[in-house]
Amino acid sequence: MRYIDFTSGSAKLPALEGGARFGGGFSDALLITGGKLAGTGQQGEGALAIGWVDKVEVGSHSRVVSDVLKLSPLDQEHRDLGARLVPFAGWEMPVMYDSIIAEHLAVRSECGIFDISHMGQVFVTGNSAEGWLDRHLTNNVSELEAGKAHYTFLLNEEGGVIDDLILYRLADERFLLLVNASCIQKDWAWLAERLEKGITMENESGEWAGMAVQGPKAPEIYTEVTEGRTLPSRNSVDEITYQGSRMLVCRTGYTGEDGFELFCPAGDVVRWWKGFLEAGVKPCGLGARDSLRLEMCYPLNGQDLTPCRTPIEAGLGMFVDLEKGEFVGCEVLKAQKEEGCRERLRALRLTERAAPPRPGYPVLSEDGDSLSVLTSGGLSPSLGEGIGLAYLPSNRAKIGTKVFIEMRGRKISAIVSEKPLFRK
Amino acid sequence: MTVPLALYYTRDHEWVRLDGDVVTIGITDHAQEELSDVVFVELPDFGKVEAADSVAVVESVKAASDIFAPFNGEIIEINIDLVADPSKVNTDPYEGGWIFKMRLSDLSQIDSLMGAETYTSFVS
Repeated sequence: MRYIDFTSGSAKLPALEGGARFGGGFSDALLITGGKLAGTGQQGEGALAIGWVDKVEVGSHSRVVSDVLKLSPLDQEHRDLGARLVPFAGWEMPVMYDSIIAEHLAVRSECGIFDISHMGQVFVTGNSAEGWLDRHLTNNVSELEAGKAHYTFLLNEEGGVIDDLILYRLADERFLLLVNASCIQKDWAWLAERLEKGITMENESGEWAGMAVQGPKAPEIYTEVTEGRTLPSRNSVDEITYQGSRMLVCRTGYTGEDGFELFCPAGDVVRWWKGFLEAGVKPCGLGARDSLRLEMCYPLNGQDLTPCRTPIEAGLGMFVDLEKGEFVGCEVLKAQKEEGCRERLRALRLTERAAPPRPGYPVLSEDGDSLSVLTSGGLSPSLGEGIGLAYLPSNRAKIGTKVFIEMRGRKISAIVSEKPLFRK
Repeated sequence: MTVPLALYYTRDHEWVRLDGDVVTIGITDHAQEELSDVVFVELPDFGKVEAADSVAVVESVKAASDIFAPFNGEIIEINIDLVADPSKVNTDPYEGGWIFKMRLSDLSQIDSLMGAETYTSFVS
């Protein structure tokens, strides 16, 4: 999908799917969908906004500007709050509103809210859905009760991670897979190819918006905003209709704090978002989301998890049930369980004051041998020191092992530490 | 965005305060706002530098920004307060957040810098 700017000025334009859905800041727009003129007008700054381009007659003063980023249904709210927006998994999302550190600390001490509308929702139904899911995901689906959720992996034939996700069992025969935004197409294609008769799969990703409300005050905030409702228990999901709005409320999160993830139809999310802000919840962006999960040593798919890494190597074997029967990738994992892995994902803390460690920085042994690179890295606002994750050779990965992280030619001391790096 | 009138400015969003033949250098309010939380400053080494040498680094949570010597000269002082409290670059960019001082052999190098008004337009 591309857009064409018919003026010489540049304009940040929203993605247009299935017709006209604009982000804020546009009074009118010139829409071209599939080569047909669908509307006319002018964007706020004097540039013209365009939809898809197939074969379109364009004036000589036009130019293709870039691929379009999808906008969240909360996009205008983010802009009104002065958020800094960045491309993420094909979406334009807030990386921060005022300060990554302040947002991070607000979640640890009180309550923060994240827009997670970019995540994907795949619904699976059928009386053989349980068995089919058990054969394609690592955690035990037959033991997952209705109304409960668990963390699990979708593996390729080599046991490598295609995606990490949360599986919610909404009813005996109805499941929701909550998947990473960057993997929606990949996961769908993999599962669709392996779908069996009697099982229905629906990709409803575009229809659902989501918010993660995280922090020690999250349960009381929920009760306040819903005028009396109580959150479901840890790792449980409520499917409800509240004030005419369908909602999925899940007591899950990616920060290590108490809290919930609330999904509702995209058209309803603005009032929920505003309701939480009115209750005093601090808006938080992807920057804080990353520093919070890194302190907990939660993996980030695409960095700490890849199609070439298994959950066993990542130290996440507790989300893999090797006793439950065959599933895609289980043979490799069984062998790793028995024989051990060559490398393990380890948590590192810097032991001297330095700049923040970053993904890709080399990790060296105490003797200066090259060992690895950081898959994740950053400053921990809660600890006040640099932290990271790296796959280290298993025989050099004991807790307490001293290593160096190479930063701009300098060797900075670090130590292999227990997970999580942050504890209350 | 603050742009003090008494200072000079570079295209790399550094400010320069002149005092005899010594200049004090830091980053502007605009620059610190762009960076957001400054968590570490790699201060320069003392000694002779040439214009456009990268002499220091200001690191925020998500980005690292090189600081360039605006002139040929000698770095004679560095702000060690920034070791314990790098956030001064955000909270007090033109005073407590100063980064280093240089002695200039050739003061005419100042002429190549922008004044407050020009820098304000440059940034808009």
